[in-house]
Amino acid sequence: MDFVSAGDAAAKVKKTLIQVGMPDGVVRRAAIATYEAEMNIVIHAREGAIKASITSDQVEIVATDVGPGITDISLAMQEGYSTAPPHIREMGFGAGMGLPNIKRCADELDIQSEVGKGTQVRIIIKRSGEGQ
Amino acid sequence: MTEHFHSVTLDRDKCKGCTNCIKRCPIEAIRVRAGKACIIEERCIDCGECIRICPNHAKIAVSDTMEVVAKFRHAIALPAPSLFGQFRQEVSPSRVLGALLEVGFDEVFEVAVAAEAVSYAFRRALKLGVARRPMISSACPAVIRLMQVRFPSLLDHIVRIKSPMEVAARLAKERALADGRFKPEEVGAFFITPCPAKVTAVKQPVGTSESAVDGVISMSLIYGEVLTRLDRGREVAPQATAAGIGWGRAGGEAMAVGRGTLLAVDGIHYVISVLEELERGRLGDVDFIEAQACVGGCVGGPLVVQNPFVARVRLRQLAEQHWDKRSVLDMDYLEDRFARGYFDMRGEILPRPVMKLDEDIDRAIVKMKLLEETLERLPGLDCGSCGSPSCRALAEDIVRQDAMETDCIFKLRERVQELAEQVVDLARKVPPAMSTESEKGGEER
Repeated sequence: MDFVSAGDAAAKVKKTLIQVGMPDGVVRRAAIATYEAEMNIVIHAREGAIKASITSDQVEIVATDVGPGITDISLAMQEGYSTAPPHIREMGFGAGMGLPNIKRCADELDIQSEVGKGTQVRIIIKRSGEGQ
Repeated sequence: MTEHFHSVTLDRDKCKGCTNCIKRCPIEAIRVRAGKACIIEERCIDCGECIRICPNHAKIAVSDTMEVVAKFRHAIALPAPSLFGQFRQEVSPSRVLGALLEVGFDEVFEVAVAAEAVSYAFRRALKLGVARRPMISSACPAVIRLMQVRFPSLLDHIVRIKSPMEVAARLAKERALADGRFKPEEVGAFFITPCPAKVTAVKQPVGTSESAVDGVISMSLIYGEVLTRLDRGREVAPQATAAGIGWGRAGGEAMAVGRGTLLAVDGIHYVISVLEELERGRLGDVDFIEAQACVGGCVGGPLVVQNPFVARVRLRQLAEQHWDKRSVLDMDYLEDRFARGYFDMRGEILPRPVMKLDEDIDRAIVKMKLLEETLERLPGLDCGSCGSPSCRALAEDIVRQDAMETDCIFKLRERVQELAEQVVDLARKVPPAMSTESEKGGEER
């Protein structure tokens, strides 16, 4: 678990979006969503990658990992539900707010997961969705 | 005044064109061009990091001189709380304030007193919930400017209350004008500053249309003048209490604001990481953030004389001595002023999107793609020899057409090597008329 570099992806995405000139709200939502997706990989998965694609209308963030997968996605979407071990919770993470937070930031959210193999979270944040 | 006034400037003669400052700047606002550091004016936030790091003292802060003070019939000195921390323990604040009169001021008004008023206004603003939580203090001008450039989505967290310096200037002028001896234009208020960002905050204010301060004098400039006049026997009793004096050091402001979950962060790079935490929505349990660009708070300003850690101890001792004192500003007075909006910042704090690659988002995306492709080809050593702070910054400069790929010494070397190989290849080529049988094999093509 690499907590030291956690947040790097979110910072990079944010810097890129500011330089491209995305509205502040999109930047903020993308930063939060990327960070939560990043933390999910750090906490739960063995390895993973985050890819952000930017067009003038939207930001698409795809977080793909190799890890345990999610047994029950609808349960994982509930606020406060977490499978994070106690030592992670002691660090202030694993409060069961990761996916709900992502959902709040996203205009579209798609989660594909296979138990024992890994998870792919696809997040779309639209520029026209500004003001949500 | 030019479009972008900055206190932080370059002494060209002293600059050796080294890469210390470009790498230290939190906003990547400096490049080395033609052997000299160049500040990108629209980006600079006047934090003074480059002043601190420059080994040649080529980065300087422009402030006003005592000549400006002489232009006013009644000149009021507004010493920042950090001034008291600059002297030895046995030098009492009353002697420091007295010496300021000897230097040429007609009156002194401690900014620490105004800081007590601002602490009150912050407390009330927190209670009323006027800004998004956690509220961020508006006191450090470098932090405000940093946020305009790098954290535009967090600007609505800033408490729109004037800084202690502005409040001090207004209160001091009111007091001086009360008996009708002077006309408003005859009274001048001068801030004794530990930092260049305050100079810029006066010359080019954010959130206020016009500053009430008439001039800003560097603490390092006035220090010697004060020092030589400490023994003239003139004393002015300080009015500030522990709460106000504490504002001069990191954590003092949060302490003065009082209750709640108060986060105090100092040092611009730590401020950035706290703001990043906030941006990720991870500081929901915090009520108030005191953020100071300088390590140690204002005692760590680039224009102070004393080591910040020594000054901090002095301020703490002083605060202890003034613990039981009552503020000269009573509650009713403060509440009345607060209710009338006396402390409010009237103007907006707007984002400054100076990092944008292009005004048009589609063109900016094309440039971003180009930037990333360029970055792939660069060595990733972030050596700074090209004059840009990092390989990414060079890629950005190339896309902005302010640099070329061969500005990178490694890329240049690669190109030279390629060329040299081509030259050698060419040199080996022999015209068919001169070639011997054995060479012919290699010249078949």
